[in-house]
Amino acid sequence: MSLNQSGWRPEAPAGADRGQGAQTATGNRALMLEERLIFEIGTSESCGVDLPAPDPDAPPARLGGLERAAPAGLPGLSEPEAVRHYTRLSRQNYAIDLGLFPLGSCTMKHNPRLNEKVARMPGFADVHPLAPQGAIQGALAVIHELGEWLKALTGMPGVAMSPKAGAHGELCGLLAIRAALDARDDPREVVLVPTSAHGTNPATAAFCGYRVEEIGATADGRVDMAALEARIGPDVAALMITNPNTCGLFERDIHRMAEAIHAAGGFLYCDGANFNAIVGRVRPGDLGVDAMHINLHKTFSTPHGGGGPGSGPVVFSEALAPFAPLPAVRLAGGRFHLVEEETQVDHGHGQSFGRLAAFHGQMGMFTRALAYILSHGADGLAQVSGDAVLNANYILRCLEGELDAPFAASGPCMHEALFSDKGFAEGFSTLDLAKALIDEGFHPMTMYFPLVVHGAMLVEPTETESKAALDQFITALASLARRAREGDPALKSAPHFAPRRRLDETLAARKPRLVWSEE
Amino acid sequence: MRYLPLSDADRGDMLARIGAPSVDALFADVPQSARLTGPVAGLPLHAPELAVERHMSALARQNMVAGEVPFFLGAGAYRHHIPATVDHLIQRGEFLTAYTPYQPEIAQGTLQILFEFQTQVARLFGCDVANASMYDGSTACWEAISMARRITRRTRVQISSGLHPHYLSVIRTMARFTGDAVEAQAPELSAQTDVAALAGSITADTSCVVVQYPDILGRITDLAPLAEVVHAAGALLVAVVTEPVALGAIRSPGEMGADIVVGEGQSLGVGLQFGGPYLGLFATSQKYVRQMPGRLCGETVDAEGKRGFVLTLSTREQHIRREKATSNICTNSGLCALAFSIHLSLLGDKGLSGLARLNHELALKAAERLSRIPGASICNDSFFNEFTLILPGDARAVVCQLSEAEGILAGVPLGRLYPDEDALAGGLLVTVTETTQPDDVERLATALERALA
Repeated sequence: MSLNQSGWRPEAPAGADRGQGAQTATGNRALMLEERLIFEIGTSESCGVDLPAPDPDAPPARLGGLERAAPAGLPGLSEPEAVRHYTRLSRQNYAIDLGLFPLGSCTMKHNPRLNEKVARMPGFADVHPLAPQGAIQGALAVIHELGEWLKALTGMPGVAMSPKAGAHGELCGLLAIRAALDARDDPREVVLVPTSAHGTNPATAAFCGYRVEEIGATADGRVDMAALEARIGPDVAALMITNPNTCGLFERDIHRMAEAIHAAGGFLYCDGANFNAIVGRVRPGDLGVDAMHINLHKTFSTPHGGGGPGSGPVVFSEALAPFAPLPAVRLAGGRFHLVEEETQVDHGHGQSFGRLAAFHGQMGMFTRALAYILSHGADGLAQVSGDAVLNANYILRCLEGELDAPFAASGPCMHEALFSDKGFAEGFSTLDLAKALIDEGFHPMTMYFPLVVHGAMLVEPTETESKAALDQFITALASLARRAREGDPALKSAPHFAPRRRLDETLAARKPRLVWSEE
Repeated sequence: MRYLPLSDADRGDMLARIGAPSVDALFADVPQSARLTGPVAGLPLHAPELAVERHMSALARQNMVAGEVPFFLGAGAYRHHIPATVDHLIQRGEFLTAYTPYQPEIAQGTLQILFEFQTQVARLFGCDVANASMYDGSTACWEAISMARRITRRTRVQISSGLHPHYLSVIRTMARFTGDAVEAQAPELSAQTDVAALAGSITADTSCVVVQYPDILGRITDLAPLAEVVHAAGALLVAVVTEPVALGAIRSPGEMGADIVVGEGQSLGVGLQFGGPYLGLFATSQKYVRQMPGRLCGETVDAEGKRGFVLTLSTREQHIRREKATSNICTNSGLCALAFSIHLSLLGDKGLSGLARLNHELALKAAERLSRIPGASICNDSFFNEFTLILPGDARAVVCQLSEAEGILAGVPLGRLYPDEDALAGGLLVTVTETTQPDDVERLATALERALA
């Protein structure tokens, strides 16, 4: 009935603002639907779960006289209301499934759906962590098999699987270092961290009781070796480096760093956030690394889930392996054993620094990562790092004429390309360009990190982007770079087409409103 | 390789544009001696989807699936029915494959859900505010102790013997490096908790007292009298909830005066998953907001005045404060928080109290049946859905026997959790939830009777 039979074709009037000013009664804009909070939709009496009526024959309650007096104030939704609420909200998110997500250092690559299927197999998803060991041999086999892959890919003899995320892995690595130093009665106070490091590195070192000292970078974007070698001494427990570093460059002097810190009796910690650039081609164990965490949600594609869960296994050198945390999985006599506190000595884990979390690690991430690794194999993983580095260099070369690329002459980049805001018109910033990129249909790159470059833009395309997707991104970014140089005022108010315009973060911080309440 | 879109022709074109002779040449900055010349030796090569699925299925089949056997395990990880809606919704790519919401204009979905989640957790725990989640209950518990140290500037931590021993192990691991003095003992097989005794031992250097509610043996104690004593001494009360479904039936720790309430959110929406990923819950009073660890989502407005949400108070965090941050945490447990929030939205007050009542009723009946086993007794006066059955002899052996001979997962033997405490060896933690069938309880009871005969 609604077919247009008149032959008249609707046209936007000349000069129209494409709906910007047009108001709707609902606030909705076609497929872009506003959604209220569950506290504004649901009621205390609504429920999307059917439960049996109370049993009149049930024995009297034994709740210690602490029966809840009043409901907590949790709104309920019927199932259709819930499905609609969360589906509508989902459409306000950008995601790797929608398009290129070039967030440098975060590694937003495709998340294969086989991995989701595998993780949901009842034999993995519906297994209790404290079941008797005879009932969980398959689960222990997964932890063991993934651990063996991680050891082989890094060339390191020890592995701890329980850390729950990258920063938790850093903590695990530093605690092992401290335990190793304590074991030889060698108290040291300082951890050296390059200026370009992730914020988690100094935070973790401080958390472990170390004083953090920064080592600067040279003009080519690498660690200042002269400053480093001058500072390393008997008070330094560890050097925490990131390699490839956060400028997207490989630290060529890695062997010298390792030799210097080892000669002074300290340890070399490597932040493995960028392991995806070298996986299958370079083993950190061959570079002299003593401990490195591996973000399974970066290199091995487990989904980021809007901010977690992550998973951060840590590989160890011979020197640190004995201090790894518990529990650990050990294969002995054709059977897998979960080594916990009570069995640590029998299994050679007597020097472990202890337990990092309640159970055995992120099993749901292990199954996904193992499926990813088995799918690629040793050959596919080398192709992964090769394509990731190829894609990043392609972006760097195609855009170095449009955006300032401070380290373009420092050698090929690795998996990410770094640009700065140099050359933008007065008053135009990296933030403006990033927000305008949203209007072009892309997630912005990492902004203002690393700190060693002014107005940094760190672009990591990953290996799962096609050349056509890269070309489209390059065209968009080149166009925005020109507009930033020319000072196009429309950039200052971007994004124009997102579910929300720029949000007032100052207001949010000044008067924190962290929970909903009736006005 | 099915996940890699570039063709060899693409690679050739791109190398030409870059001006490099080969992909290997792009790795020129890696020392030659560390560059591998082929695939890492001794590892399998790539495999099709079907082969990987078969390999993983074979491993999965070597585990005993909780839903396929009589199952009574708990002790910090609980099996509840998860509505189908939950898993369907969290698999939407816009949730599953999004990042931490650093660009709020295109992350309002995740942010609004975090705001809703924070409100749900705060209300459930009876606190003013909650954060956007942490790794798990045990690490949230340690973060609470760290926060109490920052607030009180004291370092003596007094821990109830009813705290999950794995949580205590995590605390001991961390405290070795931070200098906190941790005092804790193993529990006794008694109906009474040590909460009254704890109140008597608080001193002027106590930073916090940590109590689990319900505790590791399943016992429920009023925290209000303890809270008064703790506050009078200028210390903080940290309450730990490992089974949030219980709070559908019993008073929240916040109502009873706890200053920080942390918990494990796994039992709503997340599933067992062999121990992870789980969901750390963290709530506290408004006055301590700026000392909280972890991500926080707050309400604000956009340039057109529309309500929106952003990550806020990030000056506490590592990417701004670096070595002065309140915590080194970067990741939260976002997707698990989403699952928890969806499950709790489906339940609401009505569903949560109904679910809690059902759990308690079934546990009461199970306790009644198991207490009739000759030689066995129930330790608890009070419990929610988990209680301690005392068996003559070592419960570990009984659990292994029932698992291997009868295909019954009978519970968590206390000897597994407290290997050095002979006095606890007879204890068996038995959990009963809405997923437990009446036949399962009868099978467990008769199997125990045979094993003990």
